[in-house]
Amino acid sequence: MTTTRTIQFKLNGEPVTAQIGTHQHLVEVLQERGLTGARESCAQGLCGCCTVLVNDVAVSGCLYLAAFADGANVRTIEHAPEGGLDVVQEAFIECGAFQCGYCTPGFILMTRQLLDEHPEPSEDDIRHYLSGNLCRCAAYPEIVKAVKLAAVKRKSYA
Amino acid sequence: MSANIGTVGRSIPRLEARAKVTGRAEYVHNMRVPGMLHAKVFRSTLAHGRIRKIDVSAARAMPGVFAVYTGEDIRKLIAEPYYGPAFHDQPILALDKVRHVGEPVVVVLAVDPHVAEAAAQLIVSEYDELPAVYDEVEAMTSKAVVHEVLKPAGTFPDLKHLKGKRDTNIALDFHLHRGDPESAFAKSDYVFEHTFRTQQVLHLPLEPFATLAVPGDATLTLHTASQSPSFVRIEIARLFGWPENKVRVKVPYLGGGFGAKLYIKTEALAAACAMLAQRPVKLALTMEEQFYMITKHAATLRIKSGVTNDGRITARECEVWWNGGAYADIGPRVTQKSGFTAAGPYDIDHVHIDSYALYTNLPPAGALRGFGIPQLVWAYESHTDMIARALKIDPLAIRRKNLLREGRPQATGTLMRDAALDAVLERLSERVQWEKAFDHGTEKLRRGRGIAIGFKASISPTTSMAIVNLNADGSCNLYCSTVDMGQGSDTAMAQMVAEVLALPMDVITVVHPDTDVTPYDMATLGSRSTYHMGHAVKNAAEDARVKLITLAQELGLSAETTPIPDIFRKKYGMQAGNIVGVGSFIPPYAPPDANGQTPDATPFWMIGATGAEVEVDTETGQFKVTRLVNLVDVGRAINPAIVETQISGATIMQLGFTLSERMDFDAGQVTNASLADYKIPGIRDVPLIMENEAVDAVQKSGPFGAKGVGESGTFGVSPAIANAIDDAVGVRLTSLPLTAEAIYRALREKAGNPLNND
Repeated sequence: MTTTRTIQFKLNGEPVTAQIGTHQHLVEVLQERGLTGARESCAQGLCGCCTVLVNDVAVSGCLYLAAFADGANVRTIEHAPEGGLDVVQEAFIECGAFQCGYCTPGFILMTRQLLDEHPEPSEDDIRHYLSGNLCRCAAYPEIVKAVKLAAVKRKSYA
Repeated sequence: MSANIGTVGRSIPRLEARAKVTGRAEYVHNMRVPGMLHAKVFRSTLAHGRIRKIDVSAARAMPGVFAVYTGEDIRKLIAEPYYGPAFHDQPILALDKVRHVGEPVVVVLAVDPHVAEAAAQLIVSEYDELPAVYDEVEAMTSKAVVHEVLKPAGTFPDLKHLKGKRDTNIALDFHLHRGDPESAFAKSDYVFEHTFRTQQVLHLPLEPFATLAVPGDATLTLHTASQSPSFVRIEIARLFGWPENKVRVKVPYLGGGFGAKLYIKTEALAAACAMLAQRPVKLALTMEEQFYMITKHAATLRIKSGVTNDGRITARECEVWWNGGAYADIGPRVTQKSGFTAAGPYDIDHVHIDSYALYTNLPPAGALRGFGIPQLVWAYESHTDMIARALKIDPLAIRRKNLLREGRPQATGTLMRDAALDAVLERLSERVQWEKAFDHGTEKLRRGRGIAIGFKASISPTTSMAIVNLNADGSCNLYCSTVDMGQGSDTAMAQMVAEVLALPMDVITVVHPDTDVTPYDMATLGSRSTYHMGHAVKNAAEDARVKLITLAQELGLSAETTPIPDIFRKKYGMQAGNIVGVGSFIPPYAPPDANGQTPDATPFWMIGATGAEVEVDTETGQFKVTRLVNLVDVGRAINPAIVETQISGATIMQLGFTLSERMDFDAGQVTNASLADYKIPGIRDVPLIMENEAVDAVQKSGPFGAKGVGESGTFGVSPAIANAIDDAVGVRLTSLPLTAEAIYRALREKAGNPLNND
């Protein structure tokens, strides 16, 4: 009953070829490849746990059909070109901006995108930009602090 | 060993911080093993009915389907396939009857989860509909009976008398009687009586329930997102009639728990499927399915108080009805333990409490961050303010006048020890500047403020065990079955080991729960781990320390100055050997007598208070919580930064239960089972000003002076906000959630122009 097709895309910098079902979403395909940083939670694109970057834009991987990733540049939280942690990840650790950690990759990817667009975000910018990510442990006050710290770190490293 | 390096009390980042920010932390929901089948569940669409027919033929015939099992197939494997911590009332799949919408009826297995899901939709079931009961007060006398016969599990000796009781929905009734309330009411200057309600809500961890069951050679391994691995092992072994050691339960990190992932949830069904199929089976629920699994009790609470002219409370009577849904889960314990403190943190000589756990035809209710306490505090702290307003007494003053002081007996007769109620209340009043004039805003935009304080007895008597293994290179493993679901227990436990053995944190590894490896622990619940497991871990580390000192002495070395590897090398001639320290802990406890009286109700008291400020638009009822100040007594914090995150996290969660979260039902069917329709707090819902503080306090009986923290932040939130709304606009809401619509209706009613209900 399923239709399959072969797609090619760049995954965290490496070219890959994947046999996928046309009904499969991107998170499913990533998980089959052992990348579990993007995870399904609400399955409606409301919680942000499934965040993946497609051509540098954050998408809800639980709604994004894998077939659409054909030819795209896909990056996940596992992408670490320098090998270590970036300033956003450092800031999340220093501010204790997570508890269970299930939603954390999504918050980090969105924070990076926020800081790309607004290098010095106000409290309101942060709350607005991250309103599509949910944290049931509610580490929100610490997340706001971490985003501010990451902005400072980026600036001082630049 | 060098001198004490002071690891306890420091805000050390979580041990697993790097794994979490790189997306590499392990969760069951993401696990897969070769040959694995996916399980998808066909659920009841009826709240109460007798199963007439289940037709699975089309599902079985679907290409790609490995197997389809009904309750009768499970019964062939397990003669009595019922489970539960208090009552053995819950079937693995429905048998004979369905008792709530969403109850699992059939399970489909397939390699492809989409195939299993599609096949499940081809199943047809027919029921003879039975009358259903949904309301907890109606359930007391309803002719609709959810369970024909009560089946207490026998785990709790005080439930045994209920065995075989027929034709009742009352799973447990708890009564507490102290003094002579009747005469005291007669003698009091005023009697106030109010009724409050709370709504059904749910935990909604972002990692939904998941179990991966892997069968072996007459053994079974369960990878499961559980807060209670030891209980799961014992209960699954009991179902199969196996010894405990044939079942292995492993728990990695949890993507949130909050009391949802306790006892048996997805484990029994996954285990039965794996044994029937003889293949690994993964049962991972969707967000929607979480709404059918476990919830927080809706409750109706009636409180009556006798009060003197000057605001002294002399007598109190409480009647609480807990809506337990279709299966008891841990509801009877919620009913009893919360019954201990239903009269509030006040020094009242004459108290009567009746608390009832009721079966209804709704999804089951269990423990959710506070074990019933947030519902009680909502009622008694709203009631406190209503009395204060009626008598024109300041809300802080009436609390000061009646507060339980150190050494005084609480309603159970247990004396208050290391319970910083007054420090929490006084510090709260300072932080919110209660005694300064408050700006009540304008006619259109009114401002108000409110306070509330609550307390909780811990879970007792429960056992924790731990093992500390010191390796020959000076590194160390801690084996304990406490589950780190985000509360930071791995880090806190490692800090305790580091403190006792004077080790740096980075040489300590915490081995995650694995019942073949880590010793027994009752469960990670009720804010018990820091205290109970903390003691066990500290004892195990001290045992290892004594053994290390003894070994060094035997070798003519000083454990204080000789590096640990040198001690091992001298003993074994090379890098070899271990020192194994063991520790266990069970706190003292005396069960309550027939009047609910006991000298030892709890090993420690948890205290939480909140101050809230609100802004209400008097034309529309729209309102905003502009400030929340949260004060708790956690004893001495093991890791202050993680403690603060726990306080604010608990507060924000309770803010959701106060303002926006409510499961809506139509004929027992939840109609908002998704994050689109059920609104949990997002980052924009956090008040712009939020302050959290743990008062300077010590739990003398606790490990390093510490006690539990996970729930305390929830206690005061709901009533503090309702009290602030009353202060702002003079209307009193007695049902949760607090909505703009409810305020608007109340304002119209107050103005003598009530809104039409149509």
